[in-house]
Amino acid sequence: MKEFEEPFQIIAPDGTCRSDLDPNLEEDALLNLYRMMVLTRAVDTTSVILQRQGKIGFYVPSTGEEAAQIGSAYALEPSDLIVAAYREPGAAFLRGMPVERLYHQACGNAKDLLKGRQMPSHFGDGSVNFVPASSPVGTQIPIAVGAAWASKMKKDGRVTLVYFGDGATSQGDFHTGMNFAGVYRVPIVLFCKNNQWAISCPFSKQTASGSIHIKAMAYGFEGRQVDGNDVLAVYVATQQAVAKARRGGGPTLLEVLTYRIGPHSTSDDPRRYRDQAEVDLWKQKDPIDRFRIYLEQKGLWCKEDDERLCAEAEAHAKEAFDVAENTPMPPVESLFEDVYETPTWNLKEQDEFARLKVGQT
Amino acid sequence: MPEITLLQALSQGLWAEMERDERVVLLGEDIGHAGGVFVLTKGFQEHFGEDRVIDTPLSEGGIIGTSIGLALNGLRPVPEIQFVDFIYPAFDLIVNEMAKMRYRTGGQYSVPMVVRSPYGGGIRGGHYHSQSPEAYFAHTAGLKVVIPSNPYDAKGLLISSIRDPDPVIFLEPKKIYRAVRGEVPEEPYMVPLGEAKVTREGEDLTLIGYGTMLHVCMEAAEAVEKEGVSCEVIDLRTIMPFDLDTILGSVRKTGRLVIVHEAPKTCGFGAEIAAQVSERALLSLEAPIIRVTGFDTPFPYSLEDVYLPDAASVVRAIHQSMNF
Repeated sequence: MKEFEEPFQIIAPDGTCRSDLDPNLEEDALLNLYRMMVLTRAVDTTSVILQRQGKIGFYVPSTGEEAAQIGSAYALEPSDLIVAAYREPGAAFLRGMPVERLYHQACGNAKDLLKGRQMPSHFGDGSVNFVPASSPVGTQIPIAVGAAWASKMKKDGRVTLVYFGDGATSQGDFHTGMNFAGVYRVPIVLFCKNNQWAISCPFSKQTASGSIHIKAMAYGFEGRQVDGNDVLAVYVATQQAVAKARRGGGPTLLEVLTYRIGPHSTSDDPRRYRDQAEVDLWKQKDPIDRFRIYLEQKGLWCKEDDERLCAEAEAHAKEAFDVAENTPMPPVESLFEDVYETPTWNLKEQDEFARLKVGQT
Repeated sequence: MPEITLLQALSQGLWAEMERDERVVLLGEDIGHAGGVFVLTKGFQEHFGEDRVIDTPLSEGGIIGTSIGLALNGLRPVPEIQFVDFIYPAFDLIVNEMAKMRYRTGGQYSVPMVVRSPYGGGIRGGHYHSQSPEAYFAHTAGLKVVIPSNPYDAKGLLISSIRDPDPVIFLEPKKIYRAVRGEVPEEPYMVPLGEAKVTREGEDLTLIGYGTMLHVCMEAAEAVEKEGVSCEVIDLRTIMPFDLDTILGSVRKTGRLVIVHEAPKTCGFGAEIAAQVSERALLSLEAPIIRVTGFDTPFPYSLEDVYLPDAASVVRAIHQSMNF
């Protein structure tokens, strides 16, 4: 892997801060960012255990990527639209999606907004303008560009942020979306979470270009590389891109450098293909540790605060799962809803067959 | 009422919907400044502006992908794929995203949009300008598929499709864009989706066709009338959801069924019609159901007349059925 050429950074791994770049957020805001990162980590840890216990079928961890999710989502207005990949639970929490909803979705139960139609980790919540993830990598990019384009046409002042990973940049949909975004100068932030691995494919084999942000040049707009484990740098860079988009300045590609500490999913074992030494190196750049040191240095946080918060976050995750676990499954007839706005004759007929199958008539 | 071509009727329908609903936007290659390769959208960009009649980069995936996003965020896009043979780069976006947005998000998001595209052979277009891929889309949960055969239906079905809450694949029989003329009211009107039309009543045999092949069916029906065979002809109009009641009503009356389409035979939409009729009206049948279709080959260039069903091959199928 090619070494990075000074990505945008505000807080160094040792917690020291570039005061000239510090956005000087209010204490409440700083603590909120930290709480959300810790909550996201707690949900991650809890979910992996739940999967191992057989209580949920699958989970996509995002440990190590909390700053990238939280810092970016924090830069948006509530009315702005997020089009997710599938490794951004923290962004959803920050926007106000309750943790319970993530677990309702993971359980596919009657309170799942997706009505039990997707594997876990495909959550989304229209009430907080968070479009649910789809599995095919990269398809969300041209769709998000279209959504942003609609905002430009309607002049509604809304900005769209689309998440994707380094792997997605090899898809045609990435290049298609980038091209349309550039040609029509749509208000979008193309947020690439470069976590160095696409399942087992390392970044060095994903592209020969050495970095992703430079690809923006070919599409006629700005690309920028950001330290993705520095929540303030992510926030500031995203906020600047959002402000530019909102004032009609068009798209920005952010390449946010982070690391997938865990497996691709609970079905994956990264020990088969990557060196633990590399993982250990990145663990030293942990985004939560870094931000905690920053807060401690500011006198806003202490060890006792942290112990309490971690315990609360863990309890919160477990309680949320307990509620979801004890919620019944969706009714059979929901299988036939939402294929079309109004079910067609063939679906009505098959609905009757399904009810016979489960003994409801 | 003025007589206009199928192409003019489509153009009228599009224009009317753009006048009625400012959320309707057109996207496609060469549709704006040039007016479309078939000149269907001539004058649109001058009237509605470049923001609503959009000349896109040459990218079917981009046209469909961004249209999905436009629809998701409140617009009513009508993207054009210049020839349906070029739609496949967008296939994933169509079957996995456009068709499934309402379902996979639990109804939180939907993408009402109409993908218009010329389809079908008979224009010396070879493999890349002649295909009939309706069965792929009819097989995809979440899509509606519409194919008009005449100017009146073309306008009314297009307007209904644009007002429909679900995504529609709207395939236009380009061979008869200008060859078929008919009376079309100047004002907007709707022809409901999901309803077939009996275009000729008969007693002895049911012929089902759509698009260009409807006219082949009509020609065959007229030819056998002289022999004393009375054919009922059904224009399917909507492939999905298709009008099974009209089909069954006709077959129960005639007892014989010939299905005609230019798409390949195996797993073509005729197979679905045949299966449904077999499941529900077996005892009404006096003869095996016969399909007259394109062959299971790629669409040819030099031998396209051999490939495409014609009235003579439909007449042979009628004889085969009547003589069973």
